[in-house]
Amino acid sequence: MSSNMIVGYIFITIGAIFDFFGCMGLVRLPDVYNRLQAATKCVTLGTIFILAGTAIVTADPAISIKAGLCAVFVLITSPTGAHALARGAYLSGVKLWERSVVDKFKERAEEIKSQRGEAK
Amino acid sequence: MTFIYFIAGLLAASCFMCLYRIGHGPTAPDRSVAIDIFGTVVVGFVCLSAVVLRRDFYINLAIAWSLVSFIGTLALSKHLEGRRFDE
Repeated sequence: MSSNMIVGYIFITIGAIFDFFGCMGLVRLPDVYNRLQAATKCVTLGTIFILAGTAIVTADPAISIKAGLCAVFVLITSPTGAHALARGAYLSGVKLWERSVVDKFKERAEEIKSQRGEAK
Repeated sequence: MTFIYFIAGLLAASCFMCLYRIGHGPTAPDRSVAIDIFGTVVVGFVCLSAVVLRRDFYINLAIAWSLVSFIGTLALSKHLEGRRFDE
């Protein structure tokens, strides 16, 4: 094995471990918002590590450029999707875990709901 | 190359944990979150396939899957919020 393959496989292994722990958080944590933040952050970083490892292992410019492009897509789209999902979950009426301590979206959510009620 | 099976096993375990959450999630947003995370994990899995099987086109599949998964997530969140798709 050449050196770039060793470095690339180390990157891929780190990424797979991050993915595994992120999904473990998805199973173990108590409510939607905890699950969302644990899984999104860990899985985004893990997938970007796997893509970087792919670019390093193959050492082919055609694949490396596509892997970098895919990493940029994941880095932009995954937090955006998580933000939209958290907002959708709150506005659809899912309660926070009973031991959560702060809820900064409450007033804004009531504003949004009253505006929507006037529109209808 | 035995540790390739280890990496693939970790990613497969991640996929199965997402499927558990899709099946057992108490509310609809839980399932939507699990679907979103499942899409991102599968992008990593497809890239691992591109390395191991030495086929170039799997990277194209990864790009397409990430974009389609993003659009699906946005549609699900808009549906959860109770809005129509043309608002």
